[in-house]
Amino acid sequence: MRPKLTLLSDEIIARILEEAYELLRCPGVKVQNPEARDLLASAGAIMYPDNNVVGIPAALVHKALESVPREFYLYDYDGNPVVHYGGDSVHFDPGSSGIAMLNPETLEHDTTETEHLLRLIKVAEQIPQYDAQSTAVICHDVPKDIQDSYRLYLALLYSKKPIVTGAFTNKTVQEMIDMLSLFAGSPEAAREKPRAIFDVCPAPPLIWSNFGAGNLIALAKAGIPAEIVSVPLSGAAAPVTMLGTVTQHTAECFAGIVIHQLANPGSPIVWGGAAAIFDMRKGATPMGAVETAMLDCSYAQVAKTLNMPTHTYLGATDSKLVDAQAGLESGISAMVGALSGINMISGSGMLDFLACHSAEKLVIDAEGIAMAKRMVKGVQQHTDTLATGFYDEKINFKGGDFLKQKITMKLFREEQHLPSSIIDRDSTRVWKEAGSLDAFGRAKLRVKELLASYSQPEIAPDKKERINAFMLELAKKAGIEELPGLEETQIA
Amino acid sequence: MSEELETLFKQMAQSIIDGDSDISVELAQKSIEMNIPPLDAITKGFVVGVNYIGDQFGLGEAFLPELVMAGEAMKAAVATLEPELLKLGEARETMGKVVLATVEGDIHEIGKTLVGTMLSASGFEVTDLGVDQPADKIIGKAIEIGASIVGMSALLTTTMVRQREVIEEMDKEGLRPKIKVMVGGAPITREWATKIKADGYSEDAVGAVKLAKDLVGKGDA
Repeated sequence: MRPKLTLLSDEIIARILEEAYELLRCPGVKVQNPEARDLLASAGAIMYPDNNVVGIPAALVHKALESVPREFYLYDYDGNPVVHYGGDSVHFDPGSSGIAMLNPETLEHDTTETEHLLRLIKVAEQIPQYDAQSTAVICHDVPKDIQDSYRLYLALLYSKKPIVTGAFTNKTVQEMIDMLSLFAGSPEAAREKPRAIFDVCPAPPLIWSNFGAGNLIALAKAGIPAEIVSVPLSGAAAPVTMLGTVTQHTAECFAGIVIHQLANPGSPIVWGGAAAIFDMRKGATPMGAVETAMLDCSYAQVAKTLNMPTHTYLGATDSKLVDAQAGLESGISAMVGALSGINMISGSGMLDFLACHSAEKLVIDAEGIAMAKRMVKGVQQHTDTLATGFYDEKINFKGGDFLKQKITMKLFREEQHLPSSIIDRDSTRVWKEAGSLDAFGRAKLRVKELLASYSQPEIAPDKKERINAFMLELAKKAGIEELPGLEETQIA
Repeated sequence: MSEELETLFKQMAQSIIDGDSDISVELAQKSIEMNIPPLDAITKGFVVGVNYIGDQFGLGEAFLPELVMAGEAMKAAVATLEPELLKLGEARETMGKVVLATVEGDIHEIGKTLVGTMLSASGFEVTDLGVDQPADKIIGKAIEIGASIVGMSALLTTTMVRQREVIEEMDKEGLRPKIKVMVGGAPITREWATKIKADGYSEDAVGAVKLAKDLVGKGDA
């Protein structure tokens, strides 16, 4: 009895697909990467050399959909399959690529550096609700040229979980792929049990930039999973209607999958996005808006008719503080994402239109995620009789009767999610004795506990050495002689 | 202590932690067959488990069903050992007799029953009168069994005043300070307990055990 949220009828989905094929043909897709254009031209796409627009026939999409994998896994450091991309599996990871982090004491949005990313990784590492890490914030204390690879490097050193990451250029995506290969031992090993997945963004409307398409091709060739993060903005960079936006999203995903599968058929790729409405008062892209969640639920439904693995950006807020708005936007949208059966839901921990991260929000969001996951588990039947079996001869019509049943002890954890100290269910007296804290106050304490209890995972020395040397080499090329001091892992 | 004995005591503690009455009774019987002094079985075996679960509950690591089941497993084990204790003439020194009740006009049961379970598991002799009990019933029972503690529960702000009435009646009859009074229930605060001149209050069942031990001067037990 798994609950599921669907917003679209079969007929509407059929029309979305139909019109998406039409968009691919006319007006077509702007493809700004020469190699991608070559691949498309060789496959029989209609080329308009004047403006780099390509008309993609439906047949090319059909062919790509034949070769694309319908499911795959991301693996942890120990080689366990942890994240299942496919079906209705639901996973969450912290949002990616923030540029600031909420200082819990001053409430300022501090510019992020190495210490901030490490703080987020250490916290997320110990929270079971996060099945994967993300390269959550940009470290401004290293040169631009290595800001993407350096994040991945830190995640590999400080976490055992799978990693959702991304590159900022076509040059660095290759460096990051090489880093993963070095860490895994070989390109084959990195492909066999992929540790990381790369977000790759088309630009709305209907553009695959040189960088986006270049990343798709590099990842496809390496067999490292790619995650399309299509970002249509309803009313600005996409039609104002939800159905129009979802149709554009479908066309952008189709085009990406075609380029990707032409580069290497059978390579894993995910139907994802960070769709949002365009706020007509502020000109902003609200991630916490209910319509944003509705767009994501809708495009996931389209993906599911094609049996594609899915991703989205939910569980974030536009608030600048970890406040009531943050709680309700993050909680509600995480619930929508989970009920939509989206395989990877990124965004937890994030404030301010995905610009700012917060470790405190990350621990609070984990409770919302736990609630969403509990909801998705649904109402289950654990016993042969529903109730009658509970009323045995020991029943004496007292309130505590059921507390004394073995089956209560056996099943209460199945039936109830037991929240962490973030959720307050104390009596007023105990709550007062503990300092009368609000959720943010409790989260600050929990983050401190988690940072104190964190220990760096044991990474095989040879792996460590290989990526240390590799990272240092990249750093030198970028013009610095050493990397910011990392507590335990000094650069060789 | 022989290794075998040590293992048995550990198993006894574990049976309580697991809340498994079948196994705790089985182990109690085994200890009788092995001629282990029943008091040793209780204090060195089963009680260790009760204390552990109580501590874990206090830390938020154990939950109410585990606490209750541990209490039940403890009661069952002690009941098995009781005839043996009597036979040996060394009846387990009880921590004291307790009369428990939810006050008149209030039918809330769960908290009080939990306190009863935990007190029994910790060696108190508990008479639980149930819910909606008027002052004369509670006091009458306390006199009848020679109770050292009366425990009163109230869940409603409208019924908590009954706790004061019982205390005043006990004072009138000169029963205090011989009989101590502890109060509990959702609306009950330390301030309220002080105001109505109760001897103590506790937030939860584990705290109630500590309080009861303190009240009978066995805080170290």
